[in-house]
Amino acid sequence: MKKLAYFPGCAMKDQARPDENGALQALAILGYEVEEIPRWNCCGTVYSLAQDDLMRHVGPVRNLVRVQGMGEKRVLTLCAMCYGTLTRSARFVEEPERLERINAFMDTEDDFRGGIEVVHLLTLLRDEVGYEKLASKVKRSLDGLKVATYYGCVLLRPREFAVDDPERPEVMERVVEAMGGTPTVFPERMECCGAYLTVGRSDVVTDRAGRILRSARGNGADLVVTTCPLCQFNLDERRPAGAPSLPVLYLGQLLAWAMGVDEPAVAALVSKEPATGKPVPSGV
Amino acid sequence: MASELDLSRDRLDAPFARRVEELSGENPYACYQCGKCSAGCPFADYMDVLPNQVLRLVQLGDESALDLSAPWVCASCLACGVRCPKGVDIAKTMEALRLLALRKGISPAPATPDRPCPQIALVGAFRKLTP
Ligand code: SF4
Ligand code: SF4
Ligand code: SF4
Ligand code: SF4
Repeated sequence: MKKLAYFPGCAMKDQARPDENGALQALAILGYEVEEIPRWNCCGTVYSLAQDDLMRHVGPVRNLVRVQGMGEKRVLTLCAMCYGTLTRSARFVEEPERLERINAFMDTEDDFRGGIEVVHLLTLLRDEVGYEKLASKVKRSLDGLKVATYYGCVLLRPREFAVDDPERPEVMERVVEAMGGTPTVFPERMECCGAYLTVGRSDVVTDRAGRILRSARGNGADLVVTTCPLCQFNLDERRPAGAPSLPVLYLGQLLAWAMGVDEPAVAALVSKEPATGKPVPSGV
Repeated sequence: MASELDLSRDRLDAPFARRVEELSGENPYACYQCGKCSAGCPFADYMDVLPNQVLRLVQLGDESALDLSAPWVCASCLACGVRCPKGVDIAKTMEALRLLALRKGISPAPATPDRPCPQIALVGAFRKLTP
């Protein structure tokens, strides 16, 4: 078993529970001993884009101090937003003057020394597990399911922190293929759903969700997969009346089901076709 | 006789533009108004002026940029920044405008949820829409 420090973030303990449940069980099957970092706090969801707003980096950086305290050099996130704040803040405070100020402010913590690598589930699967090993652990193929891979923003932008090519990513598609599914590449897969605008401008997000879902369905998808809890909420809960009803699931749910773990949301999507024994879409 | 045209660069060094630059870390004068940012912005339809026009106002030192709806509609998706041929990260300019407005006590229309939201949305909105 390989040890891996893990920052869940608050969404994983709340509306994204199915993602965490699924991903952690899948990671155990893949040989990881995942250890949640102690006394973690919310990362703040959105990365501060200002030069003078050091206060908004305290959240992510304090979590990195905890990783450091565990004697670990890297930390895993499942949530795309957490990935964004942790990676970008870690880089922002590398600058010596900023680092000194933030350490002085967090005077009850150990000094942050930098050098913590933040990995997202997708990059871990690609770069360390590998698609082949992933495929070898698949007990129930997603054969027959067309899966729209929705990246959203944070996984791909800005370029320096992108998990893949920001204009032509393929990591999520390859993971879907490793599980036996057919990825549906659709134009809106990298277009923002509206993120936190969902709070004050749900009208805008509803429009965006409709457009993204229609594009996914129009390109033949049976379901949408994402790693961002905010995308999942926006696409699913802000779905406008009359928009395609295809389910929006987390990557962790698909991984778990494919590896033979109980996952009702995926199970509901597939039913056994007696002749072939293959799962077939249940008429979404 | 036609009035003289002032083609000097002096006007293009407005204190407001420099303040925005200081906060954003992005030089507004790098922008040459090609409009690529606006063409790809998924939220342009909901803005009062387009992202490249926001930048133009900043270049001209026009503080009315603080009263626009555009920076509040910008979701910091960074689509503009990865595509800008001049490497301007416009999302940072938008953030600087939001912060300048917030620090002057100008805030966007209602920041209260109009429908139930999960905490990930609320935390994001608090961070972007409060000083
Ligand atoms: S981004 Fe979310 S899930 Fe990640 S810790 Fe923060 S608010 Fe929470
Ligand atoms: S919540 Fe929307 S804003 Fe986020 S990554 Fe998802 S698409 Fe972008
Ligand atoms: S894409 Fe860049 S250069 Fe072109 S208008 Fe936008 S900010 Fe200016
Ligand atoms: S970051 Fe803002 S301005 Fe740029 S494309 Fe996204 S919403 Fe539009």
